[in-house]
Amino acid sequence: MKEAVLIAGVGKRFGEVQVLQEVTLSVGEGELFGFIGADGAGKTTLFRILATLLLPDEGRSEVLGLDVVRSYRDIRKRIGYMPGKFSLYPDLSVEENLRFFASVFGTTVEKNYELIRDIYSQLEPFKTRRAGKLSGGMKQKLALSCALVHRPEVLFLDEPTTGVDAVSRKEFWQMLGRLREQGMTILVSTPYMDEAVLCDRIAFMQEGRMLALDTPTGITTLFRKPLFAIRARETWRLLCALRASSHAASVYAFGSALHYTDNRPAVRADELLVALQADGFTEVSVSVIQPGIEDTFIALMEEKQGSDHV
Amino acid sequence: MSEPVIHTDKLTKRFGDFVAVDALSLTISSGEIFGFLGANGAGKTTAIRMLTGLLAPTSGKATVAGFDLYTGAEGVKRNIGYMSQRFSLYDDLTVRENIRFFAGIYGLTDQAIKEKSRQLLETLKLVAVADTRLASLPLGWKQKLAFSVAILHEPKIVFLDEPTGGVDPVTRRRFWDMIYEASGRGLTIFVTTHYMDEAEYCNRLCIMVDGKVAVLDRPEAMKRHFGVESMNEVFIQLARPHRTE
Ligand SMILES: Nc1ncnc2c1ncn2[C@@H]1O[C@H](COP(=O)(O)OP(=O)(O)OP(=O)(O)O)[C@@H](O)[C@H]1O
Ligand SMILES: [Mg+2]
Repeated sequence: MKEAVLIAGVGKRFGEVQVLQEVTLSVGEGELFGFIGADGAGKTTLFRILATLLLPDEGRSEVLGLDVVRSYRDIRKRIGYMPGKFSLYPDLSVEENLRFFASVFGTTVEKNYELIRDIYSQLEPFKTRRAGKLSGGMKQKLALSCALVHRPEVLFLDEPTTGVDAVSRKEFWQMLGRLREQGMTILVSTPYMDEAVLCDRIAFMQEGRMLALDTPTGITTLFRKPLFAIRARETWRLLCALRASSHAASVYAFGSALHYTDNRPAVRADELLVALQADGFTEVSVSVIQPGIEDTFIALMEEKQGSDHV
Repeated sequence: MSEPVIHTDKLTKRFGDFVAVDALSLTISSGEIFGFLGANGAGKTTAIRMLTGLLAPTSGKATVAGFDLYTGAEGVKRNIGYMSQRFSLYDDLTVRENIRFFAGIYGLTDQAIKEKSRQLLETLKLVAVADTRLASLPLGWKQKLAFSVAILHEPKIVFLDEPTGGVDPVTRRRFWDMIYEASGRGLTIFVTTHYMDEAEYCNRLCIMVDGKVAVLDRPEAMKRHFGVESMNEVFIQLARPHRTE
């Protein structure tokens, strides 16, 4: 496969803080590539370097075979970038914003309407409204439409679905899937692990370094302990009780269940069940489950940063 | 049963011809964790802005913390806390300056501010970084501080508008720990979120569709009613009935 994005030994420092360190990876043409990691992990900085908005201190990066430092003009015409922070014109209407972005790239909304229809059609009833008056999620949808309207070859999306509702997120990812089928290369960062699963490959970043790079399934193999899902009638009380137990290695809420690991290597689900019942919990169920990306993410983060826990 | 701390009767907000919040009627009890869900543009933030006295309703009635929204604005302000999307602190100010600034907004006296700052820095274990600019602190610390500052004046209710939007899986769980602790102390929590696993952590949920209440119930009851396993599925069935496609 041809490479659409190449990053080799990239580093960036802001004052005393090393925000990126020795990052090396490549993204194939037509790949849907995800970045996950906590705040300050360096994802936004990396995106800004690739979008030619920020110069790296070290290393080399190429987009579509062009060097980000020397050929930034050519790159800019061929990529779309949606920054994490709202970047539209609040005083222009929804429609004016979109037309503006199309015209900057010498195209029209009509020419590429098919591409943005799924997302933009939800905003069309409000197209005369000023962008500043849109709800948070509506602004995100407009920003995405603007990043797409010139049919870029590579799309950089920095947390595009933050503030976007669950139904629209689903549609949004269906749309990304279709764009990929048409051959677009997409790099996307997200705090939603149910989105990370939908990527071809994921990079896990922490404190400026890339700690893991793999397929979604590959990433979850980094989670090595047996994992239990535990439910009972009073979830919050259960969470506190398990946390207080000396056997608990980790306890996290996952919707209506808790995900639990024990520091006794061979403990069984039925033993845990009996112990919880003895503690007065009712409607208890305990089952062994396969770890997901969210479990793995949490485990990787805890491993690294146990120290700054407040 | 505990007292209602929020009661609204046909609370409505129009922007020109557009009805953003349409006859919202709610009763929320003291100490409840009330989840306010809905698709983008459903009217959540607009409703919160009305309930916090930031935006005048077009029509309808409401009492918040026992005060009438129209005639008791001062009382409302004193008894509510508010934290919006991704915290509302100043990155350029130090921890101590942020506390002082927000305590001032909430009308605490100089003496009270001093005392509260000291207490807060101690309980949050932030004494060592009190004079550090917020920008250089980890997200989890900022989040804890933002929440604590929003409830510094000991309000009865705190409104949290997408407090965990864009927040990583570990940090947003820590935030829910804080919510549970505060609710255990009797604080009423009014929270919006687009994370459907967080919806499961609420005592009751309201799903808004086009400015109206579509369902209002406990999460277990909602899931049972729709015959599904998760709130995500409930939301997907309900949140946008008027498909544009
Ligand atoms: N000042 C205003 N003028 C015109 N329309 C407005 C104004 N403020 C809000 N609206 C509209 O009211 C509707 C509800 O907006 P609101 O911000 O309450 O939605 P929300 O439920 O908070 O959505 P989100 O999940 O995206 O945050 C939207 O269509 C929005 O564009
Ligand atoms: Mg909102």
